[in-house]
Amino acid sequence: MAGTGKAHLRDSSEVMLRVEDLVVEFPVGGGNTVKAVSGISFDIKEGETLGLVGESGCGKSTTGKAIIQLPPPTSGSVTLGGTDLTALKGEGLRTKRTEIQMIFQDPISSLNPRRKVGRVVAEPLDVWGPHDKTEQKVVVDRLLELVGIDPEMASDKRPHEFSGGQCQRISIARALVTDPQLLICDEPVSALDVSVQAQILNLLEDLKERYNLTLVFIAHDLAVVKNISDRVAVMYLGKMCEVAEANTLYEEPAHPYTALLIDSVPEPDPAVEIDTEMVEDGDLPSPINPPSGCRFRTRCPIATDLCAAEEPGIRKVGEDHFVACHHPLVEPVEV
Amino acid sequence: MVANDTTSMSNEPLLVVEDLKTHFHLKAGAVKAVDGVSLSLDRGKTIGIVGESGSGKTVLSRTIMGLNLGSNVHTEGSVHYQGNEILGLRAKQMRNYWGREISMIFQDPMTSLNPVVKIGRQVTEHLRHHLDMSKAEANDVALQLLHEVRIPEASERLNAYPHELSGGMRQRVCIAIALACGPKLLFADEPTTALDVTVQHQIMNLLGREQDDRDMAMVLVTHDLGVVAGRTDEIAVMYAGRVVERARTSDLFANVKMPYTEALLRSIPRTTQRSHTRLAAIPGRPPDLIHPPSGCSFSPRCAYAQDICHEEMPSLIEAGAGHVYRCHTPVGSNAATESFETNLAAGLPQAVSIKLHADAVAQQEGVA
Repeated sequence: MAGTGKAHLRDSSEVMLRVEDLVVEFPVGGGNTVKAVSGISFDIKEGETLGLVGESGCGKSTTGKAIIQLPPPTSGSVTLGGTDLTALKGEGLRTKRTEIQMIFQDPISSLNPRRKVGRVVAEPLDVWGPHDKTEQKVVVDRLLELVGIDPEMASDKRPHEFSGGQCQRISIARALVTDPQLLICDEPVSALDVSVQAQILNLLEDLKERYNLTLVFIAHDLAVVKNISDRVAVMYLGKMCEVAEANTLYEEPAHPYTALLIDSVPEPDPAVEIDTEMVEDGDLPSPINPPSGCRFRTRCPIATDLCAAEEPGIRKVGEDHFVACHHPLVEPVEV
Repeated sequence: MVANDTTSMSNEPLLVVEDLKTHFHLKAGAVKAVDGVSLSLDRGKTIGIVGESGSGKTVLSRTIMGLNLGSNVHTEGSVHYQGNEILGLRAKQMRNYWGREISMIFQDPMTSLNPVVKIGRQVTEHLRHHLDMSKAEANDVALQLLHEVRIPEASERLNAYPHELSGGMRQRVCIAIALACGPKLLFADEPTTALDVTVQHQIMNLLGREQDDRDMAMVLVTHDLGVVAGRTDEIAVMYAGRVVERARTSDLFANVKMPYTEALLRSIPRTTQRSHTRLAAIPGRPPDLIHPPSGCSFSPRCAYAQDICHEEMPSLIEAGAGHVYRCHTPVGSNAATESFETNLAAGLPQAVSIKLHADAVAQQEGVA
């Protein structure tokens, strides 16, 4: 995995968001740093949904937060519609940031429990206007209705009176209130039941169509990611493993890590044979002291000496299909 | 198999639950969290309890374990473990069962371990208390248990605190604790919901192997039909405190009768479907358990519901050996097809949602 390189980036005139050489590190004392994200690059076209997948600790949430500069990345650039966000500060950054909104994993704790739902959704308007309460109410009611919450019934209630799925709908309404171009969804359905998960995924698809939204969809559930994404990027321990069009990635995974992830998805079909051999410790190595070369090599079934010595670069293995592996499962395309 | 002579020794099931009810009395009324559940489980077998949040699956397992304490808890029915009634035993008497006979692992491995006590003491506590082992003996057994659940560098881990371990490792510790005194029945309540898919796969494999080695029965509680599909002998689907369908795992998937089970299965996104396939969501949410809807509790969300479904609670109907369900218009019946057409024409969201999903799938197959 786990390599660096930009072979998968598209022409900058086509893309809306471009992230290059993103590095995020956190000091942890004793002179150590957690290397959460170590030089990843990706881009998104307008109206596209990019899925970011990987296990806990792979840096996918950190990447999502680095896009909106919370906190700003250690190095690298984040270009949204021609403006480099990492170069902005203060008022300039805050204004630009209204174009990006985020929704989070735990819908209940991401809403202020002491505020009424109508106020929660209107809060961004207090900052950015309109400031007039009647005008705000029109906007808020329209958005609540759009996400399937009855504004009459809901506006004067507080978050604890709603279920997890309803709270997630309210979070989505709040995110849309500043009319963003880019919506970053950080595990928006992992805390929800399958039935509710399907409702929220359908809602996001509808909203995307209606507002021509661009989505970064961060999740660890590969089936969910496939369902909503146009393109999927697989991350491991702060590095990019594979980027491909959603259907291609699942039909022909080129990276051994992607293959492992896909094989681990439990199929709701008792006829599917389960590989019961895999019980060994499959923990992620420490991001403070990551393995040399390819970071996935310590868990990779086909790793060789080359993988320890040299970090693989991102190569093209097919139409809109790129992988960072010395021994990809799909033959690389000669350039 | 060798198991033959042990089964002839004791033909009676390990656990028999009959008409179990757990009601919580609140100011607003009685919450009927479990409302008449019956099931039985043989030695060494696994039953999966599946349902959405609020269906009563966790309350059911906690009631059987005798963990629902409080003056407002009202339980009824019977729970026989190895022929003995254990429902209503006091905590003092239940201690003879906890750990040694029946054990439990929980969803969140962080909050079920004590954060200020070292792993070693948490594993040995059981052994010292229940099996009267000396400190040294208990330490040896604990080390062996940690090896067994595949915790690397086990001897060092005994001196670690829970926060020093990853989620998967913590769940392995919880499993080691649960298995320490060799229980014959293990309740696993959403054991992998908080974990990554890869770790989930490892933990489920580990549980399966321990179960085989120890001839231990397991009640696997989860909302994920994917997890139970390949790993259980029997499945009970719960909705609003009742079992709405129960069958051997292969029968259930091959021959779904209950519209709720079908709806749950249909709402799961599959990696075999192309991206952007419209999902068949179940509109609405599980019912209020204080004032459940009249008739079938699933009827307000069911695409096949007719007038009778809103009026009369269906009784348990047998569909074949060991396969029971509660429905007036079972999946695949003429009644279901007719009411689906009617509901679709009336624009009921649950019917429309299924239609959109079916169209999306059909379109893909047409393309392919």
